[in-house]
Amino acid sequence: MNPLAAIGRAFLALLEAIGRLVLFSLAAVTHIVRPPFYPRVLLRQMVDIGYYSLPVVALTTLFSGMVLALQSHTGFARFSAEGAVAGVVALSITRELAPVLAGLMVAGRVGASMAAELGTMRVTEQIDALSTLSTHPMKYLVAPRILAGFAMLPPLVLIGDVIGIFGGYIVGIYKLDFSPGAYIDQTWRFIEVRDVVSGLVKAAAFGFLVSLMGCYHGYRSAGGAQGVGRAATSAVVSSAILILVFNYVITELFFAK
Amino acid sequence: MSGSGEPKIRIRGLHKAFGDKRVLRGVDLDVGAGESVVVIGGSGTGKSVAVKCALGIVEPDRGSILIDGVESVALRGVAREAVNARMGMLFQGGALFDSLPVWENVAFGLVAAGQHTRREAKPVALETLAQVGLGPEVGDLMPAELSGGMQKRVALARAIAARPDIVFFDEPTTGLDPIMADVINDLIVECVRELGATALSITHDMASVRKIADRIAMLHEGRIVWSGPVSEIDESGNDFVDQFIHGRASGPIRMAVRR
Ligand SMILES: Nc1ncnc2c1ncn2[C@@H]1O[C@H](COP(=O)(O)OP(=O)(O)OP(=O)(O)O)[C@@H](O)[C@H]1O
Ligand SMILES: [Mg+2]
Repeated sequence: MNPLAAIGRAFLALLEAIGRLVLFSLAAVTHIVRPPFYPRVLLRQMVDIGYYSLPVVALTTLFSGMVLALQSHTGFARFSAEGAVAGVVALSITRELAPVLAGLMVAGRVGASMAAELGTMRVTEQIDALSTLSTHPMKYLVAPRILAGFAMLPPLVLIGDVIGIFGGYIVGIYKLDFSPGAYIDQTWRFIEVRDVVSGLVKAAAFGFLVSLMGCYHGYRSAGGAQGVGRAATSAVVSSAILILVFNYVITELFFAK
Repeated sequence: MSGSGEPKIRIRGLHKAFGDKRVLRGVDLDVGAGESVVVIGGSGTGKSVAVKCALGIVEPDRGSILIDGVESVALRGVAREAVNARMGMLFQGGALFDSLPVWENVAFGLVAAGQHTRREAKPVALETLAQVGLGPEVGDLMPAELSGGMQKRVALARAIAARPDIVFFDEPTTGLDPIMADVINDLIVECVRELGATALSITHDMASVRKIADRIAMLHEGRIVWSGPVSEIDESGNDFVDQFIHGRASGPIRMAVRR
């Protein structure tokens, strides 16, 4: 077999996959803005994504904030710059760690379950059944999920910001012997609106991506239980990769000089 | 044939292949208004695929499907929704929404089409459930809590709840006991006779065929090999039909099993 032909085929397959995904996203977005709307479905998804993800996001950001304080202290102590610990914790959490970790956690929790749910609906013909009952499956299933992901990750990340900074504060006060007033003072001195806003923009983008990939892989799944399992795996892997890629892109847009 | 004038459904030259497996190879079928046609045929001959083509769930490779004289192949978006709004479908596997309780399943089409609010739809759904022999207590269960036969009946209730013009029944009586099967047969007959619906059913159950069919069409190797009124089924003079209705293993239809 001609190796060039194989490369060409793989490249064409990649382009085709990207094209399909883009068309799917466009269709989903047009369904979000055009009636009919399904507030009950939307509310349920918002609760599922926002409320039930709180524990995992809280735990991951709490411990990340704690470890950040510890690590940056050992580093900065060499330059007698311990005063920067609070600022480093605040910046790292709000700009990077809270949105990325929350995104990845939600990808594992929500993205996989969306893909499995829609995938099961696909293979048991429930998606076909929707279209025989005056309901567009994209509008009923996909649009509310994507909207919920987009809307719920920013508040989730905002809570994660607070908890992460609090984690750093705990370690700073009880282990590194900062005075509470000084630590909080340092935090306020470093942090800017732009840091928090960039994190929230990331969060919205990641929420959109996680739901999009969950729905895309679930919606297109085929081949019984195995296909559903594959869809869930693909959803998690692809959204994790996209989160890291877009994290760089958005950072570049906000902070590159 | 009871239909006068143009048929409700006119299928011409319908082709569909999955990969190199040619399932439908030129299906021609007419279903007159208010008529009940039953499609029979061996397992895997493409009966379900043909019905899904009519609903736009499967896109045929070639051929035409006229619904009330309007070409419906390749209809998209709002036009497709308008055609589908007049059709009901009982899926072979039930396809109940497993995240919704039974009554919401049945009420789904009513609410989605804007015929009723959610609150108004509940009594209608419970009434339709009663028609298929399920009490109101079933309404609040989830589909996973039902037996296979009960799920089938809920799916049937969902298909007819919105009183569609055209109903497709894909194996409405499989998995039911003989008495309940007969109740369902009566219900289908009632749908057609009293509500004036047009029905296209698929079944392997010959008792059911004789009860619900005005006309029978036999699908074999991707084509309709015989069609005629139910009264002629025993003297069809067609070897395929004879073999099928008597359930003989030997005959022109070869099942792909190794001996
Ligand atoms: N989505 C699909 N992808 C690939 N092949 C399919 C698909 N749907 C159906 N087929 C194939 O088409 C053929 C006909 O399937 P269909 O479900 O219409 O059979 P059927 O006549 O309804 O059989 P049964 O009486 O057992 O329900 C089968 O061989 C099946 O393998
Ligand atoms: Mg079938």
